[in-house]
Amino acid sequence: MAGTASGGSRRNRLAPYLLVGPGILWLLVFFVAPIITLAQTSVAGTEGAWWTSYQRALSDYGTHFFRSFRYALGATLLALGLGYPLAYFIAFRAGRLKNLLLGLVVLPFFTTFLVRTFAWKTILNDGGPAVWLLQRLHFLGPGDRLLDTTIAVVGGLTYNFLPFMILPIYVSLEKIDRRLVEAAEDLYSTPIGAFRKVVLPLSLPGVFAGSLLTFIPATGDFINAQLLGSPNQQMIGTVIQNQFLEVRDYPLAASLSFVLMAVITIGVLAYARVLGTEELA
Amino acid sequence: MRRLGRWLLDGFAGLVLLYLFVPIFVIVLYSFNRPAGKFNFVWKAFSLEAWRNPFAFEALYESMKLSLRVAALSTLVATVFGTLIALALTRYRFRGSSAVNLLLVLPLTTPEVVLGSSLLSLFLDLNARTGFNTIVIAHIMFSVSYVALTVRARIRGFDWTLEEAAMDLGASPFRVFYKVTFPIILPGIVAAAMLAFALSLDDFIITLFNAGNRVTYPLYVYGARRAAFPPQINVLATAILLVSLVALGATVLWQQRTLRQRGMSVTPLA
Repeated sequence: MAGTASGGSRRNRLAPYLLVGPGILWLLVFFVAPIITLAQTSVAGTEGAWWTSYQRALSDYGTHFFRSFRYALGATLLALGLGYPLAYFIAFRAGRLKNLLLGLVVLPFFTTFLVRTFAWKTILNDGGPAVWLLQRLHFLGPGDRLLDTTIAVVGGLTYNFLPFMILPIYVSLEKIDRRLVEAAEDLYSTPIGAFRKVVLPLSLPGVFAGSLLTFIPATGDFINAQLLGSPNQQMIGTVIQNQFLEVRDYPLAASLSFVLMAVITIGVLAYARVLGTEELA
Repeated sequence: MRRLGRWLLDGFAGLVLLYLFVPIFVIVLYSFNRPAGKFNFVWKAFSLEAWRNPFAFEALYESMKLSLRVAALSTLVATVFGTLIALALTRYRFRGSSAVNLLLVLPLTTPEVVLGSSLLSLFLDLNARTGFNTIVIAHIMFSVSYVALTVRARIRGFDWTLEEAAMDLGASPFRVFYKVTFPIILPGIVAAAMLAFALSLDDFIITLFNAGNRVTYPLYVYGARRAAFPPQINVLATAILLVSLVALGATVLWQQRTLRQRGMSVTPLA
């Protein structure tokens, strides 16, 4: 960073502003301004108090909100349970295969998100391979389904955002000085003790980033719910999309969208406070 | 006991990898299916038919062309914007840089449905017609952050005194950029551009809000659940996968070579 400072003082003071200018302007016009417009839309156009549409959003679609957060939380916990061991394996045990395995983890990203979710539909379909297998193993009864269930939706969410959980955890595990683990073991810590006291605390920033990168898109997602679930599994994203594009009740749609953003922002800040990691990624 | 634990961990990690693969395998497999009806959701018989006529469906072909055009244009603009921001953040200390950082991270912590719907409310407010332009605008918006953060992560810690050395040796600012700075940051830029391209090609939710009556490849796939889901969709998905793998492999090899030439350690994907 020393070079940075000396470079800065010598050159034109305007230079950094010229460099960030175009991109930041773009974000101000097409990210910040839209959020403001969204807020304006949410309080405009209805007779009565400004909060009318918010009241409707919460009373009519409270269950959708609640369900979305529940599903996203479930998917995040599942992704953590599946992703942490794999990230640990890649960081500590994969050796020369490390880069190959990381490549394999991001492989799903190279197939289209929607096609991937349709593939799950094929797998979970009635009479499809998953139902057949689970019926043989007597986990499912003869008439039971996988498609159109909560399991399918949460499973789909977990799958689609799992790489977002694995990569940050891997990065934080990779940074850990191996000598710390050795030191713990030299001091007669059991492997589990060394993991709990050394590895796990040091990997928390990765867990934090991974959880957010899974939870946030999972709450707003509606593809998994739409393709793998029934109307009983509908999430808030479907409602927002429907209100904006089909019903065109813009104040209601905007307030739904705004509530979603507000709840997530508050949740993220609270989570950051609890885990003590203010920094993302 | 310890060995059993390791064995369990390895086995579990293997199973998770398998889970990541199952749908990809299904996508590729079903590109060789000859479905009974209009929907390619049940295995019927092996066939090369869809691979022989990947563009049999005019609308699917058009949607792919549109997606590629959008991705190319938005990647180009976002890569320039994002790289400039990354340069400013790594090279200068300036008032407002933490606000810039915040502004870069915020779009990533906002659900896509909020990004898409808020942008639509802006366009509605301005009476702007949604279509090709608004899709590109939206894609640039969400790609800038990814590009800036990726490039910044890659070029952090490079030895910028090289630039000063070149200047001390009498090189003009333009020559310094062209001969020193650009080669140093190029691998990061390429990685970021590939990411932006992939994100654009794959984006569904934000596009759905801002596409008007234009249909990108993901939007076509979405609509296909109602009318017909031909195996050609799987053929194109498989083709995207193959092209990405080749591109990724090529850049990793190229970066390993340039990094080795500079005597640096090799950590792709990080």
